[in-house]
Amino acid sequence: MSERSVKALHYILLAIIALVFVLPLIWLVVASFDMGANQSLKWPDQWTFSNYANVLTNASNLKGFGIGLVIAGVQALVVCVISVLAAYPLSRYNLCYKKGLMYGILFMTALPMIAVIVPVYKMFLKIGLLDSIPGVILYLSASALPYGIWLMKNFMDAIPVELEEAAWVDGATTMQSIRKIVSPLMFPGICVVFIYTFSGSWGNFFIPYILLSSADKQPAAVLLYQFFGQHGSISYGPLAAFSVIYALPSIILYILSQNYMSKGFTMSGAAKG
Amino acid sequence: MDRSLKKKYWADQAKKSVLLIPALVLLLAFFIIPIVLTVYYSFTNMALTGAAAQNFQFIGLENYKRILSDPNTLVSIRNTFIFLIGSLVGQSVLGFLIAYFMKGKAKAFRSVVGPCILAGWVMPEIVVSLCCLAFFDVSGTFNKIIGALHIPGVDFIYGHPMMTIIIANVWHGTAFSMLNFQSALDNVSGDIEEAARVDGANRIQTLVRIIVPCIKDTIATNTMLNTLSTLGVFGLIWALTGGGPGMSTTTLPIYMYNQGLKNFQLGQGTAVGMILLFVGAVCSIIYTRLLKSDD
Repeated sequence: MSERSVKALHYILLAIIALVFVLPLIWLVVASFDMGANQSLKWPDQWTFSNYANVLTNASNLKGFGIGLVIAGVQALVVCVISVLAAYPLSRYNLCYKKGLMYGILFMTALPMIAVIVPVYKMFLKIGLLDSIPGVILYLSASALPYGIWLMKNFMDAIPVELEEAAWVDGATTMQSIRKIVSPLMFPGICVVFIYTFSGSWGNFFIPYILLSSADKQPAAVLLYQFFGQHGSISYGPLAAFSVIYALPSIILYILSQNYMSKGFTMSGAAKG
Repeated sequence: MDRSLKKKYWADQAKKSVLLIPALVLLLAFFIIPIVLTVYYSFTNMALTGAAAQNFQFIGLENYKRILSDPNTLVSIRNTFIFLIGSLVGQSVLGFLIAYFMKGKAKAFRSVVGPCILAGWVMPEIVVSLCCLAFFDVSGTFNKIIGALHIPGVDFIYGHPMMTIIIANVWHGTAFSMLNFQSALDNVSGDIEEAARVDGANRIQTLVRIIVPCIKDTIATNTMLNTLSTLGVFGLIWALTGGGPGMSTTTLPIYMYNQGLKNFQLGQGTAVGMILLFVGAVCSIIYTRLLKSDD
C-alpha cells in the first residue's frame, strides 16, 4: 500500500472511531431537546426547552444538584487546604521518613477504595456518621487526599525555595510564607487539585449511594441513577436533560484544568480518571 | 552521635512534621483504619445488625472457606477476570491505535477527533451508563443502525450483558490510555523510526520492533492503572445491569456489596473485599515500582 493510501485509511478509521464514540452523546444532547424522546437517536418532531424547564423547576432535583455541589465543593476545599499544609514539609524539609511516606501515599492513590466500603459502613453506623453528609465529605476527602498530596508536593517542588528565604530573613513564619508566598505562586497547581477532587466527587456515585440512605439527602449522581435504575417506564427527554445539566460541570472543569495544566505545569505521575 | 544531639534531631524532625498532622489524622481515620478493619472483620462472624453485630467471634479462616466454597464467589471472580481482561485489551489497543493513527495528522482533524474520544471519559459514570443503556437498547440507536443495514438486531443488555458492560467501560476509559500513549509516542524520536524505515523495515515491523519497545514502560504503567480502576468499577455496572441477569455481570465489588450490605453478612462481605484489596495492593506495588524505575 502506498504511503498516501495508508494515510487515507488512518483518517477514515479515526473518523469512524470518533463517530462511534460520540454517537451515544449526540443522542443524549438531541434527546434532551426532544419532546417525544425515546431510546434511539432521531430528529425531534419538535425542539423544546421544556425538558430542561421540567428538571429545573423540580425542587428535589435542585436540592440534589445543591447537595452534590456542597459535597464536592467542601471536599475539594478540605483536600486543598490539608494537602498544601502536608506538602510543605514534604517539599521543603529534610524528613527522615519522607521517602517511605511518599511511596506509601503513591501506593494509596492506586488502591481501589471500594474494597473497604463494607467495614466503613459498619464504622459509620457505630460512630453515627451513616446517612450524614459531613460523614460522606470526610470519607471522600480522605480517599482523595493521597492523590492531592502527591500532586501538591510535585507542584510545590517546582517553586524555588529562594523566594521564601527572603521572607524568612524578614521574620515571616512558616504559615505566613505558605499563605503569602507559596500558595499564590502555585495557584494554578492548587486549582488543578481542586478541579480533580471536585469532579471526582461530583461524578462519584457509589459512596453517597452506600453511605446516605435518606431520600432527601441524595446528590445528583444518585438521583439520576434512581430515575433510570429501576428500568421501569423511563421518560427519556427529562432524563437526558438532567444528565446534560449534571455532566456540564465535569466538562467545564475538565476544559479549565487543561488550561491550568498548560500554564507551565506538567503532571508528575499519571493522572487517574 | 551523643544523646543531646540525638534528642535535638528528633525534636527538630517532630517540629517539622506538625503540618502533616491534619493529613495523617484524616488518612488514619478514614483510610488506614478501614483497611485494618477489613482484615479484622474478615476473620469474624460479625453481622451488620442483630445479635451477631454485638457478640461476634473470631472464627479464623471460616469466612474464606465459606466464600471460596460458594459457587457464586467463583462466578464473580470469573466475571471480574473477564471484565478486567476485556476492558484492558479494549482500552489499551483502542487507545494505542487512536494515539498512533493521530500522530502527524492535520491539527484541525486531531482537534475534532480528540474531544470525541475524551467526551466519554469526562462524563460521570452514571451518565455513561444511561447513554449505553439507551444506545444498546433493543430499540436503541445501535440496533436502528444495523437494522437499516439489514443486519438482525442484538439484545445487548439481556442477551450479552458482559459484553455490554465491557463496551461501556471501554467507551469510558479509552481516552485515558489514548492520552498516555499520545505523550509516550511524542517522546519516541522520529530519527529512530526514520532509520528503521531506511533500513527497509515496513510499517508493521517498525511498530512492533521499534515503537512498542520504546514505550514499554508506558504500556506497563497504563496497564496497572487501568487494572486498578477496572477492579474498582461499581456504579457503571450497577446502573447498567445491577449485576444481572442472574449473576452474569456480578463482579467482585457487586458481590461484596450484595453479601455485606444487602444480605448483612459483614464477615463474608469483607472477606470478598479482602480479595479485592489484596489484588489491588499487589497491582499498586507493581505500579509504585514501575514509577520508581522511571526516576
